[in-house]
Amino acid sequence: MTLDIIKNIENSEILLTNCIFEEVEKNETILKIENLNVYAKKEHILKNINLEIPKNKITVLLGPSGCGKTTLLKSLNRLTDLYKELKVSGHIFIENDDILASKQNTSVLRQKMGLLSQRPYPLPYSIYKNVAYGIKLKGIKNKKLIEFNVEKKLREVGLWEEVKDRLHSSPESLSIGQQQRLCLARGLAVKPRIILADEPTSALDPVSSKIIENLFKELKKHYTIILVTHVLRQAQRLADHVVFMNYGEVIEQGSSKEIFSNPQTSQLKEYLIEGN
Amino acid sequence: MNRFKRIEELVFKWICGIASYSLIGILGFIIIIIFVKGFNALSLEMIIEAPKGGYYYGGEGGVLNAIIGSLYIALGSSLLAIIIGVPAALYINVHLVRYKKIQNIIRYLLDALWGIPSIVYGAFGFSLMLYLGMNASLLAGIITVALLTTPIVIRTFDDVLDTIPKGLQEASFALGSTRSETAFKIIFKQGFSGFITAALLAFGRGIGDAASVLFTAGYTDLIPKNLDEPAATLPLAIFFQLGSPNPLVRERAFAAAAILTIIIMIISILARILSNKYSKLNLNN
Ligand SMILES: Nc1ncnc2c1ncn2[C@@H]1O[C@H](COP(=O)(O)OP(=O)(O)O)[C@@H](O)[C@H]1O
Ligand SMILES: [Mg+2]
Repeated sequence: MTLDIIKNIENSEILLTNCIFEEVEKNETILKIENLNVYAKKEHILKNINLEIPKNKITVLLGPSGCGKTTLLKSLNRLTDLYKELKVSGHIFIENDDILASKQNTSVLRQKMGLLSQRPYPLPYSIYKNVAYGIKLKGIKNKKLIEFNVEKKLREVGLWEEVKDRLHSSPESLSIGQQQRLCLARGLAVKPRIILADEPTSALDPVSSKIIENLFKELKKHYTIILVTHVLRQAQRLADHVVFMNYGEVIEQGSSKEIFSNPQTSQLKEYLIEGN
Repeated sequence: MNRFKRIEELVFKWICGIASYSLIGILGFIIIIIFVKGFNALSLEMIIEAPKGGYYYGGEGGVLNAIIGSLYIALGSSLLAIIIGVPAALYINVHLVRYKKIQNIIRYLLDALWGIPSIVYGAFGFSLMLYLGMNASLLAGIITVALLTTPIVIRTFDDVLDTIPKGLQEASFALGSTRSETAFKIIFKQGFSGFITAALLAFGRGIGDAASVLFTAGYTDLIPKNLDEPAATLPLAIFFQLGSPNPLVRERAFAAAAILTIIIMIISILARILSNKYSKLNLNN
């Protein structure tokens, strides 16, 4: 376990030095998906997905419900392992390591991504411990260090001022929007490189949604964000790169500008008209 | 049409009402009978003294031996059932999360075990005891009752764990928790109210069951000091005294039944309060 962590740190340092060189090229890829197929019994849920996810950008996954967006996200951090009926094949490269065929243990792979789901699922602990849980999983035991990091992560999601006086009460006392940000802080505590957000604002009120949106704009400086959203306007506000999916296939992808002002396929055109 | 519906509604309401009120009535009637019939024999002596010579013929003493024996057996067996049952329930819900079919088979089997009459467990415990060369003892009683209550612990806890949304498990895994961390740190904590209910249900069942301890725990007027000594139990104390031709002794049987009823009522109320308290903490999840 500790060995994995040390290796991980070494890897990221190597990567960091790589970054400095590659920063010059503007569209660096952090995640590369090759021939990804997901089957559930007879159903072909994801059909030959090939994607490159640009680093430190917001990539929006767009598409009608049931087209496989959630399944795609779950394949990325191997949550598909939890479903026996799902058969996943293909390659997902992150830092030259194939997530689907890696020798590293699943925990380490999963910690490269932070997951934000449709509604918040706080752990059955206090606000403080929710964030501390992730930090402890990273092997940090020093109490002061944990405390320092909890505050840092809560500040990162703009929650610190709101909760600093009730760190030890239950997350149930927070609004859904605050809970969602708590879950984000908890996810950031394991130092992911990518944030997977599956319709993270669909259960939230407009004000809370706006806060999350603004957070994402901030966070993309340090993280790569893959965002699934139903809300076209949200996609337009946030996306750098857009991937449009339908029936388990990638139909069209491109920069936000290309996709929204100059859609190529009739499917996307239809979707954009219906959505607006 | 409308009128017909109204009548149908009314009839149905009456049937339901009669069914539930008669149930409450019968329960109340049983409790009243026990307390009325046992009232004269109820005394402090009864709960602080073990039987003295000739107790079963109307002599002096009490049923402290049976009270202590029952508490030991209920506590011991609940502990054993929890030690086995809690990891089992967590295993079903976390480790077997991918295997819906296996989950269902296990649940079905456990439900079947739950339904087996306790005399069968008693007979099984008795043969096991002979096979192992043990005597009727506190330990044999505890093991037999634990066999009976383990399925109850597993299924009760499992039923609560089953209601925990899958999203919480996924959130835990997504953070990089292992299966065991997810099971013991997250899911156990989230389902804590179910754990309390399961533990108290096992205790209540363990303290009240007569058939499973009939051959295995033995019976003695002494208070057991060791696991290999026989132990008296309240249900058996009731059973033996009720068969006596002496009306005084039969009265004492009802008094013992009253004591058992009070203990069980305290347990149920405790179960309600505790599980309410803990399920409120986790509401909305
Ligand atoms: N575990 C599963 N077993 C069987 N079918 C599944 C499973 N998960 C998802 N699906 C199917 O895959 C399709 C895509 O689902 P999903 O990825 O949730 O879509 P989206 O998130 O785009 O709404 C749906 O038709 C759904 O029924
Ligand atoms: Mg979805």
